[in-house]
Amino acid sequence: MMTQANVVIIGGGISGASIAYHLAEAGVKDIVVLEKHYMTYGATGRCGAGVRQQWGTRMNCLLAKKSVAFFEKAQEILAYDGDIEFKQEGYLIVASDEAEAKTFAAHVALQNSLGIPARVCTKEEARAIVPHLNTDAIHSATFCPTDGHLNPFTMTDAFFKAAKRLGVHYYDHTAVTDIRRQNGQIEGVMTQHGFIKTNTVVNAAGGWAKDIGAMVGLDIPVYSRNHEILVTEPVEKMQGPMVISFSKNIYCQQTPHGAFIMGRGDKDAPKGLDMGSSWQFLEAMAKTVSDLLPPVGELRVIRQWGGLYNMSPDHQPIISASRDVPGFYIACGFSGHGFMLAPMTGLLIREMILGQTPSMPLEALSLERFEGQEIEELETSVV
Amino acid sequence: MDNMNPKEIVICRCSDVTLADLFALFEQGYRTFEELKRIKRVGMGPCQANTCGKMVQWEIAKYFDIPLEEALFHNLRPFTLGIKLKHIKEGSDT
Ligand SMILES: Cc1cc2nc3c(=O)[nH]c(=O)nc-3n(C[C@H](O)[C@H](O)[C@H](O)COP(=O)(O)OP(=O)(O)OC[C@H]3O[C@@H](n4cnc5c(N)ncnc54)[C@H](O)[C@@H]3O)c2cc1C
Ligand code: FES
Repeated sequence: MMTQANVVIIGGGISGASIAYHLAEAGVKDIVVLEKHYMTYGATGRCGAGVRQQWGTRMNCLLAKKSVAFFEKAQEILAYDGDIEFKQEGYLIVASDEAEAKTFAAHVALQNSLGIPARVCTKEEARAIVPHLNTDAIHSATFCPTDGHLNPFTMTDAFFKAAKRLGVHYYDHTAVTDIRRQNGQIEGVMTQHGFIKTNTVVNAAGGWAKDIGAMVGLDIPVYSRNHEILVTEPVEKMQGPMVISFSKNIYCQQTPHGAFIMGRGDKDAPKGLDMGSSWQFLEAMAKTVSDLLPPVGELRVIRQWGGLYNMSPDHQPIISASRDVPGFYIACGFSGHGFMLAPMTGLLIREMILGQTPSMPLEALSLERFEGQEIEELETSVV
Repeated sequence: MDNMNPKEIVICRCSDVTLADLFALFEQGYRTFEELKRIKRVGMGPCQANTCGKMVQWEIAKYFDIPLEEALFHNLRPFTLGIKLKHIKEGSDT
């Protein structure tokens, strides 16, 4: 293992992968990525991998829009030998009632003002897009045709393979156990396989990011919570877009492989690091999907699992340098949408580390924004 | 089996993965069941590795020369295999 590095990135998920790639691509040498288990062990390998630009805050809209622009060309940019399976057939967000429809209309206006091609749809228009949608269960919908989803494993693999070609050193089954400091400066990272000397550390540890922050004495205001998800047997293509509802608590998509993937949150799930599976989820999921998309209820479940959402107080990510610990950078708190934002995560962290002009204003992403502040802009469009 | 062409030995029937595919993945550095699953859908089919799991484990052990019990299998989860969503719904309604 390397004993010295310019940058050590902690976490082998999509964030760590994108950060490693973006730094290496800018010419940084001796980059090390450390992963406790294996690539995509965390939320990345457990997620829905949906990519949408239909958000309720300006920051999330912009991050997602710029990330989609990257995904559209990612296969070529990263010269990947596999298939990232980017399917760009939109997201249909259904509103259950008048009040929700009103909120969505305001969101669409915001999205349009930022150049995102979303639109409000009547029930009938929604059914033309997803023919098996039960329109009795909805009020109306919004649709953005350039939203979509990817294969989370191959997308992460694509970043890592490109990063490795550029010289990045990736070690899996290597847990970080401590970060050493002297006079406030980072000296290096202790792992289960030895010490790596470095002045720059990036915390991309997803649901475990708070523990990594604690290693340098930072209390990052995030918590983790299990989110469950299931997959069905593969069938002939019947659904193009992701169908999602915040009030009904469901997202459901068909992958190019043919299987349906669907999930929902549970506000009462305890905070913590549990990633278990439950019958309660299965039952609630079965009811919700059978009501909203009846033919999908005919499909057989083949597997269910759980993964961690890492929640920030305003449901927007923390992509930030630390003011108090020089050389310590943070990319966490993605609140259930860090997969789709990963290209921007990588770019912004690179710009911070190299002192480049940021591609967008960073205040709304900073760790310090929560200090003694009322939440200014809360993202409510989350399942 | 050793004298057969690995391209013709199908290891995972559900996801159509041959022994040659496995060897190619091993060479690229993927060495755990979880990684193979993620990259090539090995063991992710309707049978959920009931058919191929043991064979994959065996091939990992052989290729990397490690004891079989170190070639870790994936997590076993609640037995939802093959139940229709609507039947789960109906079951919970009664
Ligand atoms: C069920 C579910 C559905 C989701 N659906 C979507 C979606 O549709 N779209 C979307 O954009 N997002 C979705 N998300 C959110 C998305 O998965 C995450 O925001 C994103 O994957 C975070 O990536 P990451 O790389 O930051 O973290 P992770 O993927 O969690 O990676 C962190 C890694 O750090 C490693 N690690 C932890 N501690 C240590 C240590 N001490 N030393 C070394 N390594 C360590 C972990 O093993 C892990 O692999 C979903 C999440 C879940 C759970
Ligand atoms: S044979 Fe491999 S999953 Fe069924």
